[in-house]
This record gives sequence, C-alpha cells and structure tokens, in this order.
Amino acid sequence: MTINWKWDMFFEAFPFILQGLGVTVGLTFACFLFALIFGFVWVFLRRIKFKPVNWLVTWIMEFIRSTPPLIQLFFIYYAWPMVPGIGVSLTSFESAIIGLGIHFSTYIGEVYRSGIEGVDKGQWEASTALNFSTRQKWTKIILPQAIPPTIPMLGNYLIIMFKEVPLASTIGVVGILSLAETYGTDNFRMLESYTIVALIFLALSYPSAILINKLEKKMNRRFDKKAALQDSKGAVV
Amino acid sequence: MIIINAMIEVFPVLMKGINITITVFIFSSIFSYIFAFIAGLCRVSNNRLVRGGTSIYVEIFRGTSLIVQLFWLYYAIPMLFDVGIDNRLAAGVLAISLNYGAYMSEIVRGSILAVDKGQTEASIALNLSRSQRMRIVIFPQAFRMMLPEFGNYLIQILKATSLVSLIGMTDILYHGNILRSTNLSAAPTVYLLLLVFYFIMALPLIFLTRKGEQISKRGVAS
Repeated sequence: MTINWKWDMFFEAFPFILQGLGVTVGLTFACFLFALIFGFVWVFLRRIKFKPVNWLVTWIMEFIRSTPPLIQLFFIYYAWPMVPGIGVSLTSFESAIIGLGIHFSTYIGEVYRSGIEGVDKGQWEASTALNFSTRQKWTKIILPQAIPPTIPMLGNYLIIMFKEVPLASTIGVVGILSLAETYGTDNFRMLESYTIVALIFLALSYPSAILINKLEKKMNRRFDKKAALQDSKGAVV
Repeated sequence: MIIINAMIEVFPVLMKGINITITVFIFSSIFSYIFAFIAGLCRVSNNRLVRGGTSIYVEIFRGTSLIVQLFWLYYAIPMLFDVGIDNRLAAGVLAISLNYGAYMSEIVRGSILAVDKGQTEASIALNLSRSQRMRIVIFPQAFRMMLPEFGNYLIQILKATSLVSLIGMTDILYHGNILRSTNLSAAPTVYLLLLVFYFIMALPLIFLTRKGEQISKRGVAS
C-alpha cells in the first residue's frame, strides 16, 4: 500500500481554500446573531400561560430541534419560494442564516430559560415590591442577572454552529468546504483539499473550545463567590 | 385537496429510501456507543499513552464538523492509500459513529469521574480488584448518569443520518431531492413530508430520553 500524499498540491490548495474562510466565519456569526435574537422569541412564547399555546410552542420547538438542519435548509431554500401566498425567494446566504439560525435558536432559547430560572425568586418579588413595570422588571432586574452566567454555554453553541455551517455549502454558499470541493474535483485531489478543511476547522474550534472552558471556570468562580458573599452577609444580619 | 393529492404522489417515492435511513441510523448508533464506551474508558485509564492517544482522537473528531469527516472518509481515504473502497454505507456509518462516539465518550468519562470518591475507597477497602471495582461498583452507577444524555445523542445521530445522501446513498432525502429536481413545485410537499418523517422517527427517541431522565433520577441518594 503506497501513501499517496502530495505536499505541492497541499500548498497550492491552501491559499485557494482559505479565501472561503471569511464567508464561513461571517455566516457563523450571522447565524449566531439570528439565533441569539430569535432565542428570546421562544422564551417569551413559552411564558404564555394559556395551555394550548404553551403546548403548541413546546412541540414546535421539539419539531425544529429533532429534525435535521440539512432538510430545514433545503426547505427554506427550495420549498419556501414555492409556498403560495407567503413564499419569498431568498439567496443561499440568507436561507442559511434563517435555516441554521432558527434551528439553533431553539437550543439557545433553552439556555436563556435556564438562566432566567436561575435568578432568585426574591428578585422577582423585590421588583414587584418596588413597583417596577413588567418591562423594567425584565430589562433592569431579571435579564442582567440571567444572561451573564449563560455566556459560556452560548459560546459553546457558537462553536457548534461553526461546525454546522458547512452544511450551507449544499445550497450553494461558497465557504471553505465548497472551495475545497471545487479544487478537489478540478485537480482530482480530494485528499489534500478535504484535509485542509479539516485542519482549518480544528485550528479554529479547538483553541476556542479551550478559551470557552477557561471562561466557564472563571465565571463559575465569580458567580459562586458572589453567592457565597451574599450568603455570609445574610448570615451576619 | 391539491396538497393531499401531492402527498399521495410523494409519499411512496420517499418510502423507497426509508430502509437506508433506518439501516444507517441503527448501525451508527450501535457503533457510536461502542466507540463511546471504549474511548471513555480509555480516557480514565492509568496508562498515559492510552489516555493521550484517545484524547487526540476525541479532540480531532469533536473539533471538526461531521460533514467534513464524512467527505474525508469517503473521498480522501481511498485516495490516501490508493485503494478503491467504494462502500458508502461503511463510510457513512463510520463517519457518524466516530463523530458521535467522540462526543459521547466525554459523557462516559464525565459520568465515571462523577461517581463519588467514597465508592472507590469503599471498594478498595473491600479488597476488590481494579477491574472488579470498575465493573461492579463504579460503572453501574455511572451508567445511569449517562442515560439522559445518551438519549439526546440518539436524536442527534438520527438527524445526522440525513447527511449520507450527500455521498450518494439513496436515503429518503436523496429520493426527495430527485423528486424536487424534476418538479420544483413539489418542493414544499417533499421537504415538509421529509421533516415529518424524521420527526415521527424521533418521537420514540424523545420519549426514550425522558424515560432515561426518570431512571437516572430514581432512587439515588445524592
């Protein structure tokens, strides 16, 4: 068995494939931003007390979460323009933002929810006692305490989304995976081009994962310390 | 009415691919668990070489995306060794199970490490051997902690099976794509039905996950 690896091809393909990195990273952040915003929509929809609505929203989220993002992308890109009445034609980039954004917004909504549930009940009572309006309650009291502890989890989802973004190459977004495919088929060198893509992913996601891990530990310490401080103060009083 | 007629037309075409989808799912989940247990146990090994080697596997497969691994296994590996393996099922199953095996090995490792230290100390005091300690005391307790996450990953694996159509396996998505390319106006019905197919397949897994959560909570003094 001979090992058929060509370094000259590797170095020729590398700058070509790297051109797509901007699109891949840009799309990742665009999807992430979309999911961050849309995640709030799920949080508030799920807080509606009316039973049928609550039930419906829960199952819609479950549906989005347990079906493949690849088919959701195809649905938005190919099928949405065909839907009579409400269908609009979207570019592949826009479809990818919406498709992956909605898919991950269901996960991010759960992250927000866990953060909100983590806020002490006394905070709600205090803000009611202080006569805050519902809007003020959320923007001034609850969310500023609920969101920061979830930042490491959100960071994890950013990395997960970065790894899902190459799916968009199937509907024609020209990121690193598409360029690798182009180069590979043009030169009959799939080996080097796909290896480059794998290396780029590894080079970006591994250090970010370590960074997030560190951040998580730091945050845990910070919030634990705060809680401990409050406890000790409470004990003294 | 038009929608119902279209569904009657589309449904049997998609059903042709259901065998492949389910086959890939079953094989991938079995192998994922095998890889997860092997890698997870290797990562709590005392041997530094075993631990380091497994960490490299886990980090590589967690650090790159599944679609890249799939293409790499299917297109690049045969080229690397100059052999013409043209087995799509093997490439698809191997890619999915190596990927999710790596993710799930972290759960195996985490659960084993989460078992209370006192259990290890007690089993040492009872003069159990290392393998007995793991087999009889630690692992059964760790296993129930793994259940909820394992259920979640089954759903992830099911979702991942849709990727095998990209290397030309004739699963339900493949048949759907062909139908769409011949008749674009059928696209909404095709993809909606595909999503519903996947959701119906996921439903038992969703309930299984909830069951797993209940089992893992039951009767454990924490």
